[in-house]
Amino acid sequence: MSLLRVDELRVDVDDKTILNGLSLAVDAGEVHAVMGPNGSGKSTFANVLAGRPGYDVTGGTIAMDGADITELAPEERSHRGLFLAFQYPVEIPGVSNMEFLKAAVDAQARIRGEDEPSAPEFIGRARDAASRLDLDVDFLKRGVNDGFSGGEKKRNEILQMLLLEPRLAVLDETDSGLDIDALQVVAAGINAFRDEGNAVVLVTHYQRLLNYVVPDRVHVLTGGRIVRSGDRSLALELEEKGYGWLDA
Amino acid sequence: MPDQDTLQDLVGREHAATGSDYSAGFVTDIEADTLPPGLDESVVRAISTKKEEPAWMTEWRLDAFRRWQEMHAPRWAHVRFPDIDFQAISYFSAPKGDAPKSLDEVDPELLRTYEKLGIPLHERARLAGVREEDMPEVAVDAVFDSVSVATTFKDRLADAGVVFCSMSEAIREHPELVRKYLGSVVPKPDNFYAALNSAVFSDGSFVYVPKHTRCPMELSTYFRINAENTGQFERTLIIADEGAYVSYLEGCTAPMRDENQLHAAVVELVALDDAEIKYSTVQNWYPGDDEGNGGIYNFVTKRGACLGERSKISWTQVETGSAITWKYPSVVLRGADSVGEFYSVALTRNFQQADTGTKMTHIGPRTKSTIISKGISAGRSQNSYRGRVRMNPGAKGARNYTQCDSLLIGEQCGAHTFPYIESKLPSAMVEHEATTSKVSDEQLFLCQQRGIDPEKAVSMIVNGFCRDVFRTLPMEFAVEAAKLLEVSLEGAVG
Repeated sequence: MSLLRVDELRVDVDDKTILNGLSLAVDAGEVHAVMGPNGSGKSTFANVLAGRPGYDVTGGTIAMDGADITELAPEERSHRGLFLAFQYPVEIPGVSNMEFLKAAVDAQARIRGEDEPSAPEFIGRARDAASRLDLDVDFLKRGVNDGFSGGEKKRNEILQMLLLEPRLAVLDETDSGLDIDALQVVAAGINAFRDEGNAVVLVTHYQRLLNYVVPDRVHVLTGGRIVRSGDRSLALELEEKGYGWLDA
Repeated sequence: MPDQDTLQDLVGREHAATGSDYSAGFVTDIEADTLPPGLDESVVRAISTKKEEPAWMTEWRLDAFRRWQEMHAPRWAHVRFPDIDFQAISYFSAPKGDAPKSLDEVDPELLRTYEKLGIPLHERARLAGVREEDMPEVAVDAVFDSVSVATTFKDRLADAGVVFCSMSEAIREHPELVRKYLGSVVPKPDNFYAALNSAVFSDGSFVYVPKHTRCPMELSTYFRINAENTGQFERTLIIADEGAYVSYLEGCTAPMRDENQLHAAVVELVALDDAEIKYSTVQNWYPGDDEGNGGIYNFVTKRGACLGERSKISWTQVETGSAITWKYPSVVLRGADSVGEFYSVALTRNFQQADTGTKMTHIGPRTKSTIISKGISAGRSQNSYRGRVRMNPGAKGARNYTQCDSLLIGEQCGAHTFPYIESKLPSAMVEHEATTSKVSDEQLFLCQQRGIDPEKAVSMIVNGFCRDVFRTLPMEFAVEAAKLLEVSLEGAVG
């Protein structure tokens, strides 16, 4: 059974069809890259997986571990282990990063019937994760994304992923706007996260992240559907020839 | 974090079984001695007689009453309500029987009421399983309708020289202080409701902290309106003598009733040289039902006078209750280098209306004031900040900083800001910053995506918005305030 299975997904935004029969299956232990030109529906795909309001699913299904999640609320998908790293992380002034992370981890623990981690235990985990991502400890005390640089926001998304330990991580253009050092730090975070029990969907425009996070499969999304799938070499071919090559 | 049931409801927050989220809305069945509705001089005299007041006090009341009769209810606030029929209100209601002389004599039914509200009216450790030294001790004066029913820790406070008692007792036991300061900060004809209060006030708290004394514990008053068709008119007077410090907390609740009830209090604070008074309110009067029926009209005059040099008065308020709130805790900065602060969180939802803010009047040189106001509107409510900063000609080197932020939840509510700046001194520094924002769909989605349910998310976002104010509250009060907001916000999403 696939960890994530998307079948013939159709999605409208403001009465315009964006996804038009997208199908994809991702097994546990795998990293898939979904690539495509601007406007191909990549971010729509990432957001629809997470259940963001404003996207109208007109057909098809999304299933995790065989269970249909197409109609579930965003927090219910999260409770099943779905995580979305945002392309443009929003700011929540006055709510410290630490407080936000603890609330999220506590909510997840409650759903699983586990004990919430104690404050000292959680602070320890958060500090470890922050230092792995080259983030200063003070970073955890600041308001969520409040005044963060673009690179800090992206690293903060990865930090949240490491602490929440999702089953399925969907990373929406996490590589965009990162300099090469930050890209390597983020890639190291993703590589540390991957294991046999989880899966990663990398949504990206460029293949450069794939130099550091080697995908098992690469898919090309254009016109709202997957038009080609292959192994890593497909990404390299795309980089060389451009997305226009697919139309030829 | 220790178990926080402690002051669990200085603000009355447990969920009632009825499904309503106003947990303090029950009625205590107790025999009361209540004056019939109506107001004339004989009623004023009757209140004074019931309280066995000296003649000077009776005259003081009558003078206030005569002035009140010549005044008109103010109409400038951004609130709407039908005219109040002052002849339909009863001005005095007290539990029957002689005033209890000690805690042991308090009617068990009353003790149960306060227990239900989470207010400790006993002096032992309040929570099983919590070491006593971990619990901050709080002395409580409990005011039930028109009278103070109990004041705790009086002996311990007396050892430190601190007077903490009901206003009735203060009039009898400390007439020199009362005569000197009562009405000195809020004069009888200050405004319509203050004049009314001066005529008919029934009880309230009195605090005197002597020179160079730090009050050994937090003081608090818990106001409870119980009787039907009764107004509550309490009077509080706090005097911090030279170099004294006191922190005072105020909480309030009332039963759910379909009629509106009037609460018109007056609070006066006096700080002499180097004294500091910190006054915190968590106001949770019954706000009315979700269709706008019933609820308390909270028309309150609160003012502090920094008479002494380097004195400081700090108001913090968390306003979540009342159908209509109309209050402006203010500071008159007379002493040189004195400091006034106002920190406010006002949350309105359903059909609630709030017109609240502060007045900072700078008279002495180098006086400083800070105003931080956070207004949160949800439902169909209207939330207004109204503030006045005045710099008198003698206030050389005076400074004010005002920050006024509004947060909107939903599409049908309103937020308004009415700042007035009157400077007769070109060199004075007055800064005003204002923002209006919304709880955005993006913020909500981020929280939900991380597994946090939407109501919890909104309360977290709102708490973050209020952080600057909550950090000024005593710790256990801050926890309560955050929880109260959480409960008040339930149903605000969607």
